[in-house]
Amino acid sequence: MAVISTLKSYVGSAKRRSAILGSAAYHLPVIVLSFLMIYPILWMFASSFKGPAEIWKDVSSLIPKQFTLNSYINGWKGFGGISFNTYYGNSFIYAGGATLFQVLSSALIAFGFARIRFVGRNFWFTCMLLTLMLPAQVLIIPQYILFKQLGWINTYLPLLVPRLGGSAFFIFMIMQFIRGLPKELDEAAEMDGCSTVGTFFRIILPLIQPAMITAAIFTFYWTWEDFMGPLLYLSNPRMYTLSLALRGFADPGTGTDWGAIFAMASLSLVPVFAIFVFFQRYLVQGISTTGLTGG
Amino acid sequence: MDTAAEVALPKPEVAAKRAARLTFSMSHHQLIRNLNGYLFIAPWLIGFLAFTLIPILASLCLAFTKYDTMSPPTWVGAENFERMLQDPRYWASVKATLYYVMTAIPLRLVFALAVAMLLNSDRRGVGIYRAMFYAPSIVGGSVAVAVMWQQVFGTEGLVNYCLAFIGIPRVVWLGNPHTAIWTLITLAAWQFGSPMLIFLAGLRQIPTPLYEAAAIDGAGGVSKFFRITLPMLSPVIFFNLVMQTINGFIAFTQALIVTNNGRPLDTTLLYVLYVYQRAFQNLQMGYGAAMAWVLLIVIALVTALIFKTSSAWVFYESKEGE
Repeated sequence: MAVISTLKSYVGSAKRRSAILGSAAYHLPVIVLSFLMIYPILWMFASSFKGPAEIWKDVSSLIPKQFTLNSYINGWKGFGGISFNTYYGNSFIYAGGATLFQVLSSALIAFGFARIRFVGRNFWFTCMLLTLMLPAQVLIIPQYILFKQLGWINTYLPLLVPRLGGSAFFIFMIMQFIRGLPKELDEAAEMDGCSTVGTFFRIILPLIQPAMITAAIFTFYWTWEDFMGPLLYLSNPRMYTLSLALRGFADPGTGTDWGAIFAMASLSLVPVFAIFVFFQRYLVQGISTTGLTGG
Repeated sequence: MDTAAEVALPKPEVAAKRAARLTFSMSHHQLIRNLNGYLFIAPWLIGFLAFTLIPILASLCLAFTKYDTMSPPTWVGAENFERMLQDPRYWASVKATLYYVMTAIPLRLVFALAVAMLLNSDRRGVGIYRAMFYAPSIVGGSVAVAVMWQQVFGTEGLVNYCLAFIGIPRVVWLGNPHTAIWTLITLAAWQFGSPMLIFLAGLRQIPTPLYEAAAIDGAGGVSKFFRITLPMLSPVIFFNLVMQTINGFIAFTQALIVTNNGRPLDTTLLYVLYVYQRAFQNLQMGYGAAMAWVLLIVIALVTALIFKTSSAWVFYESKEGE
């Protein structure tokens, strides 16, 4: 009996051991790979805390020998007498405004397409789907000429006003979400004397919040990182967003204080990573269910 | 409705009146509905006409003119298009863009699929790994990362520093016409997060009994991959291929910042960057518009080509049972 029980426990521990080995064989390479993936970002972050002499000396190290915040203090002063206060503020105005406009109007438009049957709906809906495939880069020249004629250059208007037209991607995504809601909801509301506008604001809008959050996160990301729009329309350094400021900061002519550049670049990524950490669920859902492609 | 009215009302003229009122109120209701519909889509409709449809048509006309934004445009016929054929920088940009699209996009998709398969597991910690693999993609398009990438591949940068450990001498990545484009390709391949998540969602949809049945029939890992995973995933591969190819053609920020305006010798002069240089730095709006239109047509043709070939390799499950 004793022999059998020791044999049993031996077999059990062997099984456990092979399970542990098996999971180690999985986790170790995956940990190494995923670490390699974020290594460049960690490297930039670590470099921003190193002294100027250390950055290019002990290049690959992720732990600063002499931890210093000097790069942040120097970097924040910015260049040309404009500090990163301004650039950060401008980026928040641009990304915040664009997100607000684009998401609210996309919800409105999605409701129109998804719930109201009107003459010409299919035609306009097809037009909207076609614009999904149209790269915005192809439109920059005529749009620039239009905004120049309107006298909008060097204002945020060319960057913000078109957002009021919604985004085909998010209109489509919110539409799919609305289609999943029971139609009886709208009908019941209308029976009770609710107008279509009232139905949208009181019944539908509260229910589509998850889709709107997903749309808001992506719009915020894309706008926060947008480089081409500000590059075309903003030439006054006081109006620069972080993207433009970082490019100016890293210009070979302006300076080579790489510590400060890395510090400001790292800071510019903080809101992006903060949203990523808190709203990851919405992001993953947004991409895997609608095929949104970031970046 | 009609028969009910006839039964209830003996006098036909009263019924007719009622019916008339009914149709009037119906059309009134329809009118309200149409108004409501257009009210809700008005923001999109106005934006579409003002910022998409009219501009794209205007740029088609612009493509046949010479326009420097100061003086009014002058008609030059097909001159802009003829000029493209003879412009060596234009061909350099075409070459760089095609090379970039044909290397970066397959690499990105292969990484995306490989990592998705690796992470298609219920083990603990997979969520964290997924976040780490996705992280570069959420910041990848930013200037911050472009500036960083330039330093990663700098002469004194991270890549050379690490290569020195295994005895490889310094490479001037950004200054060498053969290697510079690879800094952009690696940057693009590094950001495989979005297609990876889409592949992951696709892998989750493949019914496990398929694999179990294959295992009973003695199929190994390789044949399971080629006979089950790839065919079942082909609609997702198709989607990713189309979206990423379009993305590849319109890359811009990287070539402006990492390789500093398409240097060296225009070997990294991606197409949109050249359009930008011509239109906004040399103020040749007509030439720029012509190039943009050619890009639009090329993207449409490539997309159509992928769609055309899809019937040969994209496998759709028949939905007869539903």
